[in-house]
Amino acid sequence: MALYSEKVMDHFTNPRNVGKLDDADGIGEVGNAKCGDIMKIYIKVEGDIISDVKFNTFGCGSAIASSSMATEMIKGKPISEALELTNKAVAEALDGLPAHKLHCSVLAEEAIRAAIKDYYDKRGIAYDKAQFPDPHEEEEHVEED
Amino acid sequence: MPKTVYADNAATTAMSDAAIEAMTPYLKGIYGNPSSLHTVGQVAKEALDKARAETAALIGAAPNEIYFTSGGSEADNQAIRSAAYAGAAKGKKHIISTAFEHHAVLHTLKKLEKEGFEVTYLDVHRHGNITAPEVEAALRPDTALVTVMYANNEVGSVLPVREIGAVCRANKVTFHTDAVQAVGHIPVDVAADNIDMMSVSAHKFHGPKGVGFLYCRNGVQLKNLIEGGAQERKRRAGTENIAGICSMVAALKEAAANLDKNMKKEAALRDKLIAGLSAIPHSRLNGDPVYRLPGNVNMCFEGIEGESLLLLLDAKGICASSGSACTSGSLDPSHVLLALGLPHEVAHGSLRLSLSEYNTEEEIDYILAEVPKVVEYLRSISPVWEELEKGGKPHLI
Repeated sequence: MALYSEKVMDHFTNPRNVGKLDDADGIGEVGNAKCGDIMKIYIKVEGDIISDVKFNTFGCGSAIASSSMATEMIKGKPISEALELTNKAVAEALDGLPAHKLHCSVLAEEAIRAAIKDYYDKRGIAYDKAQFPDPHEEEEHVEED
Repeated sequence: MPKTVYADNAATTAMSDAAIEAMTPYLKGIYGNPSSLHTVGQVAKEALDKARAETAALIGAAPNEIYFTSGGSEADNQAIRSAAYAGAAKGKKHIISTAFEHHAVLHTLKKLEKEGFEVTYLDVHRHGNITAPEVEAALRPDTALVTVMYANNEVGSVLPVREIGAVCRANKVTFHTDAVQAVGHIPVDVAADNIDMMSVSAHKFHGPKGVGFLYCRNGVQLKNLIEGGAQERKRRAGTENIAGICSMVAALKEAAANLDKNMKKEAALRDKLIAGLSAIPHSRLNGDPVYRLPGNVNMCFEGIEGESLLLLLDAKGICASSGSACTSGSLDPSHVLLALGLPHEVAHGSLRLSLSEYNTEEEIDYILAEVPKVVEYLRSISPVWEELEKGGKPHLI
């Protein structure tokens, strides 16, 4: 299929880190089933390192591939590094996404942030709120009447 | 298993051998322009005349009621605009259609709305069909045109065209039907079906792409959209696509000769697919369960998204299509599924398998073995499905 790069197809057909973590330290869920994609990311944290990460995704090929790639990119990394992961970096690591699919990489970035925020909240760790803008406030999936 | 199981015949079909053979003499050898007076041109002209007469005979029309076009979209545009402007000249600017027409019809109607026409889009209900009394109830003194598809391309519903045509005839309103999915697949006769204008596309019945025709009944006004030469009795300028036209006629003849046999075969395969796929929990058949194209299967599977389903099936050699937003290039799932009243989240998980007589029982068995596995896998990684199964949200289907 020419729609996607080989890398996207690889991460879509053989997604890394699929599944759930029953003892997750943080869970982030973003997206909207009405719009066609929901991403749920589970993280396990040891010290300040993301020691394990899993995802479940409802969505198209690029949504699943973006989840897979993004989880690969933060696994074993310090939280500070994970927070720096941008949707652009996810899309680039996948050798690009079609323009109308870029929002899938945005969702992956948001899901990771949401999981880290959940971890901070659960542990009572203080953080700068500005670092975690509510994705719903800048909802990119604007519903059309 | 064959390498490719092609189950996307509503998108396009493989050309038949007869259609390819009918084309080659006009690519190689008979190259004349039918408008030329010399012998080379006149040989082409004879072929064109013969093709027109044969096309007309296959749908119950007269030869001078056939206008060859580039395909279904052009025919839809021309028919609708012609009837709309003819109506407007008499002060009639109301049009009746349905909510689940093809975009070639819907987008033309949207343009006409901007030009001051008023369009009533009939509700197609949960089962995806309309009735002639519903059309009759929507008629107004200023109704210029009723344009209703013969059969729906996505969900396969076959509409009561003959009855709708009778209502239009009785009320002296022009009736156009987009029959792109019907001709070559189910019996269509413009006289018996009370049709004034009808759009047809060759590549939906094993003919070539880029060619189709518009039937326009004698006495119904037709405007040309393309300015130029006097081809098609001054209603469609441009040198005729003789190879395509002759190929289309060969495909149509073949389809007509085998219509009953093909319908029976396809309907049996279709029913087997529907029965097998309906065994998947929380699935739903879309479209009219009774009045249905013999080759159409359209199902929704809750908790999954259609594009990932298509890609995984493609990896197994199965070619299908979906009405999910991701396959349409927009954020909204198909307007057809939404017109049936399906919630967005359910419409995203749709799968269309459209068959032709080339499909085999072995292929159907293969599809039935693979689709449930892919659905199950996608559900296993879907947070939406997890929520539904946990009871966090009620199942919608």
